[in-house]
Amino acid sequence: MKYIDEYRDGETAQKIAAAIRAEIDPQRRYHFMEFCGGHTHAISRYGVADLLPDNVRMIHGPGCPVCVLPIGRVDQAIRLVLDHGVTLCTYGDCLRVPASDGLSLLKAKARAGSGGGEVKMVYSSLDAVALAQKHPEKQVVFFAIGFETTTPPTAVAIKQAAALGLKNFSVLCCHVLTPSAISSILESPEVRRWGTVPLDGFIGPAHVSTIIGSRPYEFFAEEYRKPVVIAGFEPLDVMQAIKMLIRQVNEGRAEVENEFSRAVDRDGNRKAQRLVGEVFEMRKQFEWRGLNVLPYSALRIRGAFAEFDAEQRFAAAYRSVADHKACECGAILRGVKRPQDCKIFGTVCTPENPVGSCMVSSEGACAAHYTYGRYRDAG
Amino acid sequence: MSESRKHYVRPLDLKAGRIDMAHGSGGRAMAQLIDEVFARRLGNEYLGQGDDGAVLPAAGGGRLVMATDAHVVSPLFFPGGDIGCLAVHGTVNDVAVMGAQPLYLAASFILEEGFPLADLVRIVESMAAAAQAAGVPVVTGDTKVVERGKGDGVFITTTGVGVLPPGRELSGRRALPGDAILVSGTLGDHGMAIMAERESLGFESPIVSDTAALHGLIGELLATGCDLHVLRDPTRGGLGTTLNEIAQQSGVGMMLQEKALPVRPAVAAACEFLGLDPLYVANEGKLVAICAAADAEALLAAMRAHPLGREAALIGTVHADAQHFVQMTTAFGGRRIVDWLSGEQLPRIC
Repeated sequence: MKYIDEYRDGETAQKIAAAIRAEIDPQRRYHFMEFCGGHTHAISRYGVADLLPDNVRMIHGPGCPVCVLPIGRVDQAIRLVLDHGVTLCTYGDCLRVPASDGLSLLKAKARAGSGGGEVKMVYSSLDAVALAQKHPEKQVVFFAIGFETTTPPTAVAIKQAAALGLKNFSVLCCHVLTPSAISSILESPEVRRWGTVPLDGFIGPAHVSTIIGSRPYEFFAEEYRKPVVIAGFEPLDVMQAIKMLIRQVNEGRAEVENEFSRAVDRDGNRKAQRLVGEVFEMRKQFEWRGLNVLPYSALRIRGAFAEFDAEQRFAAAYRSVADHKACECGAILRGVKRPQDCKIFGTVCTPENPVGSCMVSSEGACAAHYTYGRYRDAG
Repeated sequence: MSESRKHYVRPLDLKAGRIDMAHGSGGRAMAQLIDEVFARRLGNEYLGQGDDGAVLPAAGGGRLVMATDAHVVSPLFFPGGDIGCLAVHGTVNDVAVMGAQPLYLAASFILEEGFPLADLVRIVESMAAAAQAAGVPVVTGDTKVVERGKGDGVFITTTGVGVLPPGRELSGRRALPGDAILVSGTLGDHGMAIMAERESLGFESPIVSDTAALHGLIGELLATGCDLHVLRDPTRGGLGTTLNEIAQQSGVGMMLQEKALPVRPAVAAACEFLGLDPLYVANEGKLVAICAAADAEALLAAMRAHPLGREAALIGTVHADAQHFVQMTTAFGGRRIVDWLSGEQLPRIC
């Protein structure tokens, strides 16, 4: 594949690996967090860790959209299907996220039927709008999750539904904001006070940054003295970013650098930002899985578009639900623990029967380690 | 049907549980369903063989192979084929990978009220053409009609029987450390043809299903006299799932070379676009062969000499591994597991 294979080339990878070996100080250890699940997936899928020196460790961050979705939000979506008989449209990733009562959207799909509710997987928010247009007899709800990357398409869907005058389309809005999650990690006692999570820098988001630009990360570099290198989702992008981070650490710099300049600039996509601002506003607070309730960390639909807000249309209140007691997803999402540190990893919790959300999406730290990397644990 | 991973973490909830789509995906969830519901109640020495077809004793000391396959593909018509020829090829292949010569097919149809007769004729004509080309006639059948909404147009189940020549032993249980792993051509063509059609993706260069009867190719491979241990057609769940089944059955590990995996550029691009891995996408006209390393080159040459094996490749080796991991050296230079598919392969959102 042209324009993709170039970023997965094994020979170039060896060259960067050699450059990294030349760059590192063997006397110290380097701990970098890749924020995004897309990076986690690339690292595991291509075996990037095998090309890194032993004293460079990657910590998986919380940037996996389904991983940070709390149980209560999936419950909300399931109740819309089972109690209100809606047609719920969702991205494929969400289908298997474990919810209360042993349910998931996939299991709710099997259970629906007589009540009229159904669950459909879509590739785009606009598929949900098209479905609502085609079936005026159905109440279609789009389960909108994800960081800044998936937010503009949801805004477009709502505006399109408004333009079409659709009365049977609404959105269960669970969009969250990347900078809030990064703040939460940097402010966590493990990083700031106790220093139990050593963190020397971040690989900054790829797709999210195409929307918000590199500017929002400048605060983290300045305030917390942590270097940030924004990188694409291809494995060579990740390798190159690691090299750039090592150099910053060695030189005592803490700056925002952009490895993904083919798609990201400082200001981001202003048109998308305007669109999002027009349709959404800040929620005062939002519960994240693993990071608890964070102030001003998520979006809700503005009053002007209230008729498209599924929470209002169906009076579906949010109810917080505690995670499974043994599940370490919270600590894993904060970088405090590794998947293999969790007692139920690979035994009770597997991709077939995920207990925690990190075991669901291939971007989740646990699923990535289980699916691609667990041969390392076998010795 | 295949033998599967023995230690499931949580048993199925047989009181309140329901069938969900993961139980049909060919991955671990389906293997668990087969073990805990079917094998536990129906189990016998033949079902316990765990291969694509069962090897049965026949009168006079001979051996029969019997295999069955239900076809529920949607859409019914797709680039490169339709449910009719697929129903013939699928079962012929399941018999043939056991090393048997497929002889006869039975076909049963579940038709939905309101289904256009013109479409049914098209499907049956396609079946007839496929059966004739394969030299395996449909000799008996059954027809049922269900009310509108209780089916999806047409479901077809075919059953095939064949005879197994004396001395021939092919089974998923026979892979040995040191063996070579070959595949007869490009991966994921059928699954992506279906997916592109289903999602109306409209790629500029259409992806065409590889549906084909493989007994001709298999006959050529057997005629070489090479030391073949396992043959299997990596259908639902793709190559990744099939190799995991074999690794489990044989109690071995495998190491694949990503660079060696043949994938058409259009399929690779479509997979990339949808966030799928061609290793887990279905094939309907491809063969995995595991053989003694010394015979790998001869077998590869025989594959390539056949029209259905032109793009055959040597993709990996078998080794001893108590964990039965299928691993892969990535083209990038790292290493990773090629795991069982868990549930359906779902696209990632980012």
